[in-house]
Amino acid sequence: MPKLFSGAEIVFKCLEDQDVSHIFGYPGGAVLPIYDELKNHNSVKHILVRHEQGAGHAAEGYARSTGKPGVVLVTSGPGATNVVTALTDAYMDSVPLVCISGQVPTHLIGTDAFQECDTTGITRPCTKHNWLVKDINDLAEVMHKAFEVATTGRPGPVLVDIPKDIQFQKTLYKKFKRKSKSNGASHNNFSQDNIDELVHLMSKATKPIFYTGGGVINSGPKASELLRELVYTTGFPITTTLQGLGSFPGDDNQFLGMLGMHGTYEANNAMYECDLMINIGARFDDRITGKIDEFSPKSKKVHIDIDPSSINKNVKVDLAIVGDVKSVITSTLKTLKKSKANFIKSNKQKTSKWWEKIQKWRSKRSLDYIGSEETIKPQYAIERLYELTKDKDTFITTEVGQHQMWAAQHYKFNKPNRWMTSGGLGTMGYGLPAAVGVQIAHPQKLVIDIAGEASVLMTMQEMSTAVQYSLPIKIFILNNEYMGMVRQWQELLHDKNYSESYTAALPDFVQMAEAYGCVGIRAKTPEELDDKIIEMLNTDRPVIFDCLVDKQENCFPMIPSGKPHNQMILGPKDKKENKITGKGRTLV
Amino acid sequence: MPKPKSAYSVAGRKEKLDTHIIVVWVDNEAGVLARVVGLFSGRGYNIESLAVAEIDQKLNISRITIVTTGTPQVVDQIKLQLKKLVPVHKVADFKREDKNVIFKEMALFKFVGTNGKIDKAINACKKYNAVILDTTNRSKVVQITALRREIDKMANNLKKYGLISISRTGAVAMTRGEKVFK
Repeated sequence: MPKLFSGAEIVFKCLEDQDVSHIFGYPGGAVLPIYDELKNHNSVKHILVRHEQGAGHAAEGYARSTGKPGVVLVTSGPGATNVVTALTDAYMDSVPLVCISGQVPTHLIGTDAFQECDTTGITRPCTKHNWLVKDINDLAEVMHKAFEVATTGRPGPVLVDIPKDIQFQKTLYKKFKRKSKSNGASHNNFSQDNIDELVHLMSKATKPIFYTGGGVINSGPKASELLRELVYTTGFPITTTLQGLGSFPGDDNQFLGMLGMHGTYEANNAMYECDLMINIGARFDDRITGKIDEFSPKSKKVHIDIDPSSINKNVKVDLAIVGDVKSVITSTLKTLKKSKANFIKSNKQKTSKWWEKIQKWRSKRSLDYIGSEETIKPQYAIERLYELTKDKDTFITTEVGQHQMWAAQHYKFNKPNRWMTSGGLGTMGYGLPAAVGVQIAHPQKLVIDIAGEASVLMTMQEMSTAVQYSLPIKIFILNNEYMGMVRQWQELLHDKNYSESYTAALPDFVQMAEAYGCVGIRAKTPEELDDKIIEMLNTDRPVIFDCLVDKQENCFPMIPSGKPHNQMILGPKDKKENKITGKGRTLV
Repeated sequence: MPKPKSAYSVAGRKEKLDTHIIVVWVDNEAGVLARVVGLFSGRGYNIESLAVAEIDQKLNISRITIVTTGTPQVVDQIKLQLKKLVPVHKVADFKREDKNVIFKEMALFKFVGTNGKIDKAINACKKYNAVILDTTNRSKVVQITALRREIDKMANNLKKYGLISISRTGAVAMTRGEKVFK
């Protein structure tokens, strides 16, 4: 008679067949059979977090830095509700996650049993799909389908809810046959005509720009390579979104920096003035577009995206190309080389005036700030961190707020999958657990969480995880004692009424580090900053770095609410007072 | 200085709203209706009426018919978002004005009163395929099938004839002729 496997065994069989090497989780009553089975499967290593939200973000960090799906294992009730923030975060930022949750036994579902909640109901709006497995014979198929849904098309989170009795029941397990890798090809829905039209538009444009996003990174490292080839072949300028950083070298001359609310002056003005905008794997998010009816008024817009529902959602486009970024760029390059072999030569003259204009915008040096000898400017701290780590293959995660924007502006990324940040949902507390996940995936690499003191306190407990697994993550806190971005908005919009944005009674982060069993370092002056950073880099243990920075510094440049791209505030050096008034105040 | 306007709320220009009938073929599984309806409520789309039932027991397929209003952009989004749901097989979209599509709703009317009054009511119902389902001395239950607006009108006009209770379905739709939506 063929061997029968329990539900818990089948869960692991499936994980093994999906080549899962790490899962992030937290045990509890309704998943105990799965935890009991863990000892029999050496190829799957479990990372015990301190809070289920941490498990979710760690899995996100793991997924984003590897391109593989992150796997989370939580119990029913509070275990599942705690992971909702991470699932929503992954949904907004298109991160492939597979979350397995325990559920009360099937006969107790609906009775308000202990630690019961309607997990599939709660997570329906924040997953691509979810399943409640009520029949043991469905389990294997559902598990494999879950991985398929999470990783194909536009990636995202899924959840499989498994009642405890199903984990005990037994059935047959059929060996999983992997479908030949589709590489997103099955989601391609474009024709050669689309590509021809794109090439035609490119050859006509005098003021073109590439606007690229996280879709390039999600399409795999090859897509980033191809993007570089496309940008160099065309000679067009390129700007990337927050999530697109790293898909194109940050120190390249054709790169205009990040665009959007805290993007560079040159990137935003180029978006406003361009006559051809080629959006590759970005989604016209409101942080990017600013005022939508004055968004890039003179341009033809091309949108390349794997998700058809992203097209014409916020901005109407002239040419939509639905497909995997890698496939679309491959076709475009092929057509370009065949039909316009001398593209770059013929094009250089056409775009030379455009580049002159861009240089003029660049000369504004919009990321400049007023330096200081006495206090550490947060921008300076990031600059020094970058200079001292740029020769290493460094992975950066962030929390959410001013420090995140400064990191995006001043840290230059040259490779994809090196930058993990919560963009869509803007989850404070994302960076520390994400760093845990990244370090698990890349044990030999340098992983730094650029953090704010307010954000990092939201998931600080995961330092304990880092210590348990000897993960030498570096928590680089830009400590200004304020929720900096909240304070900045209050300064600009609410007459400097700093309502509840100051954190009194902050912990002593150095002592806190010691309490967790890791290393605490504090930098107070610009003079000592370099030495302290080097000390941090030379420490082969988890470090909490308390960098005391200027408390008043604001993050500039900035597109104020209610304004289009060409009306930026340029920071303290900018003379024009570009006050936010009226309706713009009600917006976030 | 130009008057500041909202950067994130909708553009000032209001587009025309159209009424569309969206037909969705889905796997008949637990929670599938919640997924479809949740998508509408979560993204702020409007549902005027909803009809759902299994149409193929062997393949386990249900057909959901939703009447909704929205700008062309919103209706496009509704279709594209629906197509992304895992249990959704296909999505059809018809404008209410479309002459090639039949739309029907069914209503049950209960009349209570004198026979004279009720007979007048039944007479008025006749042009809408009236079927009398239940009769007593003082009451009748009548089934009619018609368009939404026609049923609205009937419901209003028949009150004086003793109409005391109404039950109605959402619209269902089917294309005319041989063609089937693929």
